[in-house]
Amino acid sequence: MGHRLAGLFQGRRRLQIGALLAGPVGWLVIGYLGSLALLLVAAFWSVDPLSGLTIKSFTLENFESLWNEPVYRTIVWRTIRTALLVTITDAVIAFPIAFYMAKVASRRGKALLVVGILLPLWSSYLVKVYAWRTLLSANGAINWALEPIGLHGPGYGTTAVWLVFSYLWLPYMILPIYAGLERIPNSLISASEDLGASPFTTFRRVILPLSFPAVVAGSIFTFSLTLGDYITPRLVSNDQFIGNVIYANIANNQPFAAALAMVPIVVMIAYLLVARKLGAFEHV
Amino acid sequence: MRNRDGNPARAAWLVLAALVVGMLAIAGCGGGGSSTSGGSSEEALQKVGKGEGQLNLISWAGYVEPEWTKPFEQKTGCKVSDKEAGTSDEMVELMKTGQYDGVSASGNATARLVAAGLVAPVNTDLVPNYKTVFSDLKDQPYNTFEGVNYGIPHGRGANLLMWNGNDVKPAPDSWDIMFDPKMAAKYKGKISVYDESSYIADAAMYLKFHEPKLEIENPYELNEEQFDAAIELLKEQQANVGEYWSEAAKQISAFAGGDVTVGTTWQYQYFALKGEGVPVAASPASQGFLPKEGATGWSDTWMIAKDAKHPNCMYEWMNWIISPKANAQVAEYFGEAPAQELACKETKNPNFCSEYHAEEPEFWKRVYYWETPLADCGNGEEDCMDYNDWVKAWTEIKG
Repeated sequence: MGHRLAGLFQGRRRLQIGALLAGPVGWLVIGYLGSLALLLVAAFWSVDPLSGLTIKSFTLENFESLWNEPVYRTIVWRTIRTALLVTITDAVIAFPIAFYMAKVASRRGKALLVVGILLPLWSSYLVKVYAWRTLLSANGAINWALEPIGLHGPGYGTTAVWLVFSYLWLPYMILPIYAGLERIPNSLISASEDLGASPFTTFRRVILPLSFPAVVAGSIFTFSLTLGDYITPRLVSNDQFIGNVIYANIANNQPFAAALAMVPIVVMIAYLLVARKLGAFEHV
Repeated sequence: MRNRDGNPARAAWLVLAALVVGMLAIAGCGGGGSSTSGGSSEEALQKVGKGEGQLNLISWAGYVEPEWTKPFEQKTGCKVSDKEAGTSDEMVELMKTGQYDGVSASGNATARLVAAGLVAPVNTDLVPNYKTVFSDLKDQPYNTFEGVNYGIPHGRGANLLMWNGNDVKPAPDSWDIMFDPKMAAKYKGKISVYDESSYIADAAMYLKFHEPKLEIENPYELNEEQFDAAIELLKEQQANVGEYWSEAAKQISAFAGGDVTVGTTWQYQYFALKGEGVPVAASPASQGFLPKEGATGWSDTWMIAKDAKHPNCMYEWMNWIISPKANAQVAEYFGEAPAQELACKETKNPNFCSEYHAEEPEFWKRVYYWETPLADCGNGEEDCMDYNDWVKAWTEIKG
């Protein structure tokens, strides 16, 4: 039997590849895209207000209320704004660290830094957010440290959300930039110097253009992770993000929650198209 | 490769377009009908037979504990497996899976469970201990629908007003401290509010007392005018709110860390903070005190799933949890008033029932148990705001 099966595949390249990919592709299409499509189909349904059961007939009312009520626009805009702000912050912090790791640090120093950056990823997301909640509390460590110089921490609120997100997603920005910088041959930098470019010009004309796709690739992580999060805003502020409103509606009004879920998907598609234009997917 | 397979980007767009078209097609012709099964007209169980050996429950944390489930398992042979839920919404969601035999539903879930056809009527004759349940818990709008009993009362309690004794003086005797714009401004940024749409009822209860011309009867049955007034009040309050809490741990850390000094809470957080040595005081029933407007609260009901796989065990459980001993244990463990009259003789603390006013119907008249807001307020007209309106308004309040 085994022999016959082996014989079947013998020399048939298409069949070999087909059999190899059937499992993972099947999972992707049915398990992953299928359930996503089903969720989004629900966005065009409505709900029986009393029982919370879905009424499966086509309607646009979820999108209408999403569009007509100003509160949702405020929330969508707040979410996108925070995601952009966090992305920029992380890029600014991550670039020098990644550059040091890729071009300056000794082999030992590099290894230490990689471990240091990966280490926070080993602990639970919730633990990290709660740790920040404790730090930012009125009687917390930040206020305690700032008190002697007459200052106050930000406390809970929008600033806290920005701070915690920037902390949480920083490794996802550092690692792609580090990988991108590693790939720039040192000879290019030497050549630039030999041609008389100042270090600043070398950075601006050689390093930045070559590593920019890596920054954009990192920004996809920081941007999309912020866009989809709802626990951090809930724990360190009273701000509502798109995810919070989805959470509030999912139990009793799944169609409306599904309609809301369309918003980050559309934003992300737009973001990815821009990222592609900027070259984030080349040489990955 | 590219020449043979065509442009990959174009192929990706085609797949996406096909998905969208397919989705719209499914959405459009999803039968056109409704999957609502409506209220159940099914008969309740007529006789409790032999236990099925297994029982799957959904409960509030602290309702199903080894102290009283172990003896139950020994007596009936029904092995209890429990899933704790954090909110009423979660309970309704879990019941929809059809994997559970019963649920300890609060009043803001019961009507939804009945309307969705997820629970069956309960034949109270098969629950001998039901006879001695406090009569003001029987045949209530949150456990009896169109004259049919849908569950067994478990216990009840009031939501508390809690404050930090060091910061809030004198001790408040009214919700003014959270709702009156002038008084609340004194604690701007230090007020802790329950983060669920049901909190709108707290505002409505406050208005019922302070704005009689709105003619609010039941804070869960609000017409548009009354509802708008409550929303207005909550939007004013929002400016003074330090934190909205949804999980107990979050509120405990906020009170312990000095981030908030006054707020609505449950017995659980109050006990926990006292245990940590935080100088909190509260308006618990155990101190004989409710704010002058009254308080919102809960009265929970054990309901049986319509398609329960272990109905006999579920009936055994409903009888067990309101048996004098077990009901006393769960009430003391959780910090609530028992549903069973005879439980008052079984409590470890002999004064427990009087501290929690279990035997005083007058006390409970000022406690407004959670209910599901319905469009029909009982006058046959659909002029009240329903649950979805409440959820949407709550999003709007927080902005």
